[in-house]
Amino acid sequence: MISAIASRFTHAMEGLGSVALLAQEAMSSIVRKHWEPGLLLYHTYFIGLKSLSVVLITGAFTGMVLAAQTYFQFHKVGMDTATLAIVSISMCSELGPVLSGLMVAGRVGASMAAELGTMKVTEQIDALRALATHPVDYLVAPRLVAATIVMPMLTVCSICVGILAAYVVGVGLLGIDPAYAWHNMIHYTSVEDVVMGLIKSVIFGALVALVGCYKGLNCQQGAEGVGRATTEAVVFSSITILISNFFLTLVLTRLFTKS
Amino acid sequence: MIEARGIKKRFGAQHVLNGVDLRIDDGEAVAIIGRSGGGKSILLKHLIGLLSPDEGEVLIRGLPIAHLSERQLLDVRKEFGLLFQSAALFDSMTVHENVAFPLRRDRQLTSAEIGMRVDEALAMVDLPGTGAKRPAELSGGMRKRAGLARAIVYRPKVLLYDEPTTGLDPIVSDSIDQLIKRLCEQLRTTTVVVTHDMRSVRAIAQRVLMLHEGKIYANAATSDLFASTDPVVSAFVKGVSTPKDLLL
Repeated sequence: MISAIASRFTHAMEGLGSVALLAQEAMSSIVRKHWEPGLLLYHTYFIGLKSLSVVLITGAFTGMVLAAQTYFQFHKVGMDTATLAIVSISMCSELGPVLSGLMVAGRVGASMAAELGTMKVTEQIDALRALATHPVDYLVAPRLVAATIVMPMLTVCSICVGILAAYVVGVGLLGIDPAYAWHNMIHYTSVEDVVMGLIKSVIFGALVALVGCYKGLNCQQGAEGVGRATTEAVVFSSITILISNFFLTLVLTRLFTKS
Repeated sequence: MIEARGIKKRFGAQHVLNGVDLRIDDGEAVAIIGRSGGGKSILLKHLIGLLSPDEGEVLIRGLPIAHLSERQLLDVRKEFGLLFQSAALFDSMTVHENVAFPLRRDRQLTSAEIGMRVDEALAMVDLPGTGAKRPAELSGGMRKRAGLARAIVYRPKVLLYDEPTTGLDPIVSDSIDQLIKRLCEQLRTTTVVVTHDMRSVRAIAQRVLMLHEGKIYANAATSDLFASTDPVVSAFVKGVSTPKDLLL
């Protein structure tokens, strides 16, 4: 029992170390300009524009439900006009980046793992290597750069739509005073909340790309291997986003409070 | 010159290569034969650094490559062209883009020059006019030809073929054999063919290495190998099974 747990822990640590090495190789490829910048536009389109609808829907309905729930509780103590402020702070610093990250992990992380996994089992990655092309330069670095550029943009869209949807629900449906609600939102939402959300989104974008690529590049043989890699890419990137979000919140809050 | 010294490789408990020694001189046409699953493709991948041995060393013109990093190996691989068993064409690209890929990555030629080189390579493998097709639209033989065009377009010094005729009918197999022989003569490359197709061996190779139980069991001129009376070599050349083989 204990040896099984130890073995799983060791395996998990090995995986973490391998992702870190992949990140180092990708960063080195980007800094030394070995990577293929020509692919950036395609990946930006694929990760960004193709994920926009799902991110907007998620942001809108999260903003709406958050507004409704906050209003129902705050109404009991006569704080109706603080509803939008709560929605805004939550969306900017937590829900916007985390939910966008999870949605992109589900759509893009899975797709990266499936595409690279299929390339691996059909020897296309070996073909790249045989043609004197480093797989990290051609496959990982462009996806990593695209994901880190696009994720903050998607997060901003998600936050804006979430707040807008909350405003419509709060003011249009629940009858909150629009002037006070808007004033409170502007007053209580700080620049630090927005910056914190953007920093998180950059890190989540990098995590999704790295985990997706790692799982694809290390997938086992056959259709089953590709399927498993795809599932694991979504599960691991989602868990990584949630865990890292907690630590990022602690670190960034402390950082911004000091400054 | 390619040299392997005491290469050992195992996957889990299975010892695939168990001390392989070989030497292939510049300009030679060598066939590596052996039973299916006997480690021929694994050996071929060691020669280009796609796999690294657990023990032993591979030397390319005297340079040991077994422990070079992936990035250091890229320069070594520029001298090699490899035709995969499945052709391994990039399925997201057209045939033209596949063949142009190594030239575009090298960034030394203009688009017009790349276009000319691609057309030239496709003509050499008898595939003119197929540049706009996707790999999925090609037959097995055409895919191998396209893979071969991609392998020769940057004019490598060594061409490695991994089971080039597997899965093809005898007529297409013969045309691929003739193509390999023609390329070997035209481009004056060192040629290494992994196969268990004895017709291909007879058509292409000057020398044959037989891999058996993880080691080079026979190393002989092609005509000598076909005339061999050694029971293992003879059984393989003639394709005679024993009752023990039925269990495999």
